[in-house]
Amino acid sequence: MATLAPTFPWVKGAKDDYRTCPVLTLKVDMHAERLIIANAVMAVLTLTIGGIAALLIALTRWQTFHLLDATWFYRLLTLHGIDMLIAWMVFFEIAGLHFGSTVLLNARHAAPKLAWLGFILMTIGGLTANVVVLFDPRNTVAYTAYMPLKASPVFYLSYILFAVGALIAVATFFINIVVAKREKRFEGSMPLVAFGFMTAAILATYTLLQGAAAIVPAFLWSMGVISSFDPGIYRNFFWGFGHPAQQVNLAAMISIWYSLAQITVGIRPVNEKFSRLAFVLYLFFINLGAAHHLLGDPGLSFAWKAVNTSYAMYLAVLGSMMHAFSIPAAMEVALRAKGYRKGLFGWLRNAPWKEPGFSALVISIVIFGWVGGVTGVVIGTEQINMLVHNTMRLPGHFHATVVSGTTTAFMGLTYYLIPLIFRKELKLKKWAVWQPYIFGGGMLLLSLGMITSGLQGVSRRNWDITFAGVVPGTVELTLAIFGIGAILAVIGGIMFVTVVFVSVLTGPRTEANKLLLVSGDGNPVLESTKLTDHMMEDKQNQPRGAFVLVFAFLVWFAVYYFTNWWLLGRTWFIR
Amino acid sequence: MLAPEQNWWKPMDRLEKTWLTVALVWCIFLTIMMPLWYFQGKQNVPTETYRTTPQQYAVTVNEFVAKYQIGEESINGIPFPVVAPPAGSDVYIRASAWQWYPILQLEKGKEYRLHLSSMDYNHGFSLQPVNINLQVLPGYDYVATITPTSSGDFTIVCNEYCYLGHHTMVGKIIVK
Ligand code: HEM
Ligand SMILES: [Cu+2]
Ligand SMILES: [Cu+2]
Repeated sequence: MATLAPTFPWVKGAKDDYRTCPVLTLKVDMHAERLIIANAVMAVLTLTIGGIAALLIALTRWQTFHLLDATWFYRLLTLHGIDMLIAWMVFFEIAGLHFGSTVLLNARHAAPKLAWLGFILMTIGGLTANVVVLFDPRNTVAYTAYMPLKASPVFYLSYILFAVGALIAVATFFINIVVAKREKRFEGSMPLVAFGFMTAAILATYTLLQGAAAIVPAFLWSMGVISSFDPGIYRNFFWGFGHPAQQVNLAAMISIWYSLAQITVGIRPVNEKFSRLAFVLYLFFINLGAAHHLLGDPGLSFAWKAVNTSYAMYLAVLGSMMHAFSIPAAMEVALRAKGYRKGLFGWLRNAPWKEPGFSALVISIVIFGWVGGVTGVVIGTEQINMLVHNTMRLPGHFHATVVSGTTTAFMGLTYYLIPLIFRKELKLKKWAVWQPYIFGGGMLLLSLGMITSGLQGVSRRNWDITFAGVVPGTVELTLAIFGIGAILAVIGGIMFVTVVFVSVLTGPRTEANKLLLVSGDGNPVLESTKLTDHMMEDKQNQPRGAFVLVFAFLVWFAVYYFTNWWLLGRTWFIR
Repeated sequence: MLAPEQNWWKPMDRLEKTWLTVALVWCIFLTIMMPLWYFQGKQNVPTETYRTTPQQYAVTVNEFVAKYQIGEESINGIPFPVVAPPAGSDVYIRASAWQWYPILQLEKGKEYRLHLSSMDYNHGFSLQPVNINLQVLPGYDYVATITPTSSGDFTIVCNEYCYLGHHTMVGKIIVK
């Protein structure tokens, strides 16, 4: 076995430190392993705090319980936004970047010290944000902190620390890739999953820089260094960061979709070119998405809004629609090649539904696409946005994307990281089998409850909507659907956290000896390399079922889209 | 996850090509819908905007109220002037933490130039139950040309978080 080059290129004679994963046959650099573990642990911790806040704010918005008082509601809403959307997502993605730039490339971590510096800054930033939101009422400004709502300087500082930390961590991703390429750790193109992570990393870089353009002036303003800053420009910069940040989540999620599909059913991408092209579309077109959050803002022209929200965006939507076909299609081909060829959907009936990575993958794809994607495009339509802006339909949309979609996928992958990276046996396997269904089912209800409440005019971020006395009686029903969904989702969340911590904290360290967690001893990742061109092209193995599914999706998309135009046409005339 | 075969630049097959084409056509259609509605539809997002300052806007609102006030009504125990401006005129609403001031009385089927601006934070103009939602910012005088097509009492909810009293920020438009 060839030895790896020294891990610290600047320390002469330093020893290399790696192990070979017996399951994936890939080299795992120990620095990378420790970094992945640290970031993943922080991710799950922040998910836990955010989840406690989630339960409490959900039981407040469910009018029947109306649990918290207004001050605590807004405080925990702020905390929930920060811990979930920023901390949980970014920590997990950084873990993914360290994984993608080392293990997947058979390479070493070339800058571990720098990566630890990033981790420490992110941790300090994240903890500080939690503390100052909980203990200083000035910082109850929601995670968006729209100027001229003024938080304390430490609040902005904690954002800046976190962002600088993340930027440093992302930089090590690029360093790793360059070093791996130069040391010829992999030949030719990088694997698709790593390519997807690279898309995420590139997006993350300019996302974080845009974020600085919003937060740094806000910080200076809170210190009294500058006397004012235009609130419209702040919103523009903030969403220049906030929206592309969602595409980072998207690119990371899709990379994980490809990974989970390979881990659980052994796919080989049907056409690498098609999939890579779809990632490239994100890179080019998604950066204009800031407009989505400004469609109802003063001072911007129709042309600016329409071009930014559409031209660019629909090509990014095209990217997603391509993945939405290529992943199920690859799964279908792989399953058909195993002999499950009956009818259009025989392959689905024979899929490993008990394998948590598989169920998490399917739930993630289905809710992300059918609920999150469709509602997203509709909300992002310039005129229709007027019906939706800041109503409950908004959190309804993003709990279908970033939660049902991204979070479920992250959870699914975590189950495999435990044996492969933490090198601990996965405990409570039965829980893990059920967890994606409970979390996903709950989230689906929660999203639908939010969306239908929003359709009736219920606004987001509002402690007591009955105050205005305008909501119709049916809101009680839709809020109950939302509330029941929230409780289920929280149960699913608790199950996830319990499985992770019980597995990680108990039992001895053992080298994994198989890949699948519950459905047999097979190793789909290695089997996938045996899928020949011939099998891929076999007439019997063509992804006809997936093809039918995407067309059904398109029909639903069109129905929802036109219904919204119809709704818009019924309201007051306005221009 | 593993490295791809060396030559992955292959032509797409029939199903992929078909889906790519259909999806592209759909995306183009989505794009065209917006300008189409812009020219043909009756509901478009207002774009007319002027720079202002909270002080200046407050003066304008006070003059407006003094000129057209017809009565007084209270919301949550606080009295607000009811203002009935003539059809076709410029009408004003002032957002501040946590009030929509004043109460407007409009006529169904008549057009008004509705000005919106904030004295302090971001606020969200959310007219219920017709469900029209716009962002209100300090320093921007946002003009929406509206025609009420239904009559009755309409409530303005604030749907942009504007600090702790946010949910108490309620206003009213009466359409006769
Ligand atoms: C157990 C699961 C969860 C439940 C029950 C839940 C529930 C809620 C509720 C009730 C709100 C407030 C809606 C409003 O009043 O406007 C909310 C807001 C939000 N949630 Fe969640 N959530 C969950 C998980 C997540 C996760 C995993 C993420 C991110 C990855 C997330 C991101 C957000 C964001 C960004 C907001 C908006 C905060 C704001 O408006 O300032 N949530 N959630
Ligand atoms: Cu307000
Ligand atoms: Cu408000």
